[in-house]
Amino acid sequence: MSPSNWTWFHRLASPPYFYRLAGRLAPWFGWAAALGLAAGLYGGLWLAPADYQQGDGFRIIYIHVPSAYLSMMCYMLVAGASAIGLVWRMKLAHAVAVAAAPLGASFTFLALITGSLWGKPMWGTYWVWDARLTSELILLFLYLGFIALHQAYEDPRSGERAGAVLALVGVVNVPIIHYSVVWWSSLHQGSTVFVGSKSDISASMLIPLLTMIAAFTCYFAACLLKRIQAEILEREQNAGWVREMLEQT
Amino acid sequence: MTSLHEFLTMGGYGAYVWPAYIIAAVVMVANAIVPGRRLRRMRAALQRKDAA
Amino acid sequence: MRALAALVRRDLRLCFRRPGEVATPVLFFVMVAVLFPLGLSPQPELLAMVAPGVLWVAALLAGLIGQESLFKSDYEDGSLEQLLLGPAALELVVLTRIFTHWLTTGLPLVILSPFLGLMLDYPVQAFGTLVLSLMLGTLILSLLGAVGAALTVGLRQSGMLLPILVLPLAVPVLIFGAQGAAQAARGEDAAAALYLLGALLVLGVTLVPFAVAGALRISLES
Repeated sequence: MSPSNWTWFHRLASPPYFYRLAGRLAPWFGWAAALGLAAGLYGGLWLAPADYQQGDGFRIIYIHVPSAYLSMMCYMLVAGASAIGLVWRMKLAHAVAVAAAPLGASFTFLALITGSLWGKPMWGTYWVWDARLTSELILLFLYLGFIALHQAYEDPRSGERAGAVLALVGVVNVPIIHYSVVWWSSLHQGSTVFVGSKSDISASMLIPLLTMIAAFTCYFAACLLKRIQAEILEREQNAGWVREMLEQT
Repeated sequence: MTSLHEFLTMGGYGAYVWPAYIIAAVVMVANAIVPGRRLRRMRAALQRKDAA
Repeated sequence: MRALAALVRRDLRLCFRRPGEVATPVLFFVMVAVLFPLGLSPQPELLAMVAPGVLWVAALLAGLIGQESLFKSDYEDGSLEQLLLGPAALELVVLTRIFTHWLTTGLPLVILSPFLGLMLDYPVQAFGTLVLSLMLGTLILSLLGAVGAALTVGLRQSGMLLPILVLPLAVPVLIFGAQGAAQAARGEDAAAALYLLGALLVLGVTLVPFAVAGALRISLES
């Protein structure tokens, strides 16, 4: 493993470099998200035909599935960044985790709300104790616990490291929690399988869905980069490079 | 989707579909503007601190 | 190894000197279990149906109450730092500490559970499964609770933060334990649930000490 292979990694860990890179990349992701959302919404809300069983009510899927997907990807990101921060003692990695968590919690919240609104006309109740929704609810608690923990510390640098430990314990638990909830749900067969019970989904429904997932991911990247910038600025406010950068503007 | 009326009522499911989209829009717009405003506030505060 | 044995003896002696710390989780367990019939209905059919879940949730909550004391007093008088600097590996020290703590906070709940089960119309034939599930479960809960305790020990006002952190992690334990107890109550085979609990316990014993040691180091550096 020659040193030159890892310079990109170490450069990325430098706050001024990452700050500038984030500033350059964020608008691109933002515009990509806007275009993707427009295309996905047009395809999903206007072009795609009404579902045979669920009528137009199925269209909530275009928010629910991307939100749920991102809520889980974001937790993986928080855990991954936490691991990098703890193992390589890289403070910027902790900044990424701290910045990503509220976004992940927002998506989890959206997944739960849209899931609930989807469930009411389809299955009669605003809440269904099926495996997916129940797992999402527990994921929300995991996010909120992470945020509460690192904010409870007086020293933010210790706080984010404590949060990182919690995130790693949490990520090991996530597959266990999911399996236990699926097992529990299968014991009490009353609950129906919620999302994705249709084995074949037509292309006219699928393409806007994939577009929306991509658009949500770009949106997430744009928001995350800006949040990381704010985190960096807060940590490095007394640094020379910040002063220089502000003088240039 | 054939008509504006069908679009707005979502074939009878409008009361569920539209609140879902509106809540999503509110959350996503909020998450998009909050970091930008925080950044601008911090830069302004730091510039004032440097000037002083 | 001698250091660990000394540690165990010291911990047990301290617990006997502070009976209040031992009694509180036990009292809470009993009270919560008593609240459910009062809140629902005293009908035996209903109680029998909810008994496994009620006993398990009560044990979970009572166990969490007991976790606060795991590191707190040692943190306050400085002996926690001494443990970090001591000769034995921190992970082993942590494991022994968690076990001795369980002896005074978790084990009493396990012993009491059949009596509460009688009050909640839990069938006597299933007591064995109930006790076994709670024994495994409270051990796992002590391990998970230790992570929460280590992460919050240095905070001035942690309040309910420890339970909030630990409860999501405890969901699988609750599910396997309570469902196993319910299966036994219905006369079904609860082996799967018990094996799953055992697997969680093994996983916890191997991984938790490292997490707790790391968390203690972080808590003590500030």
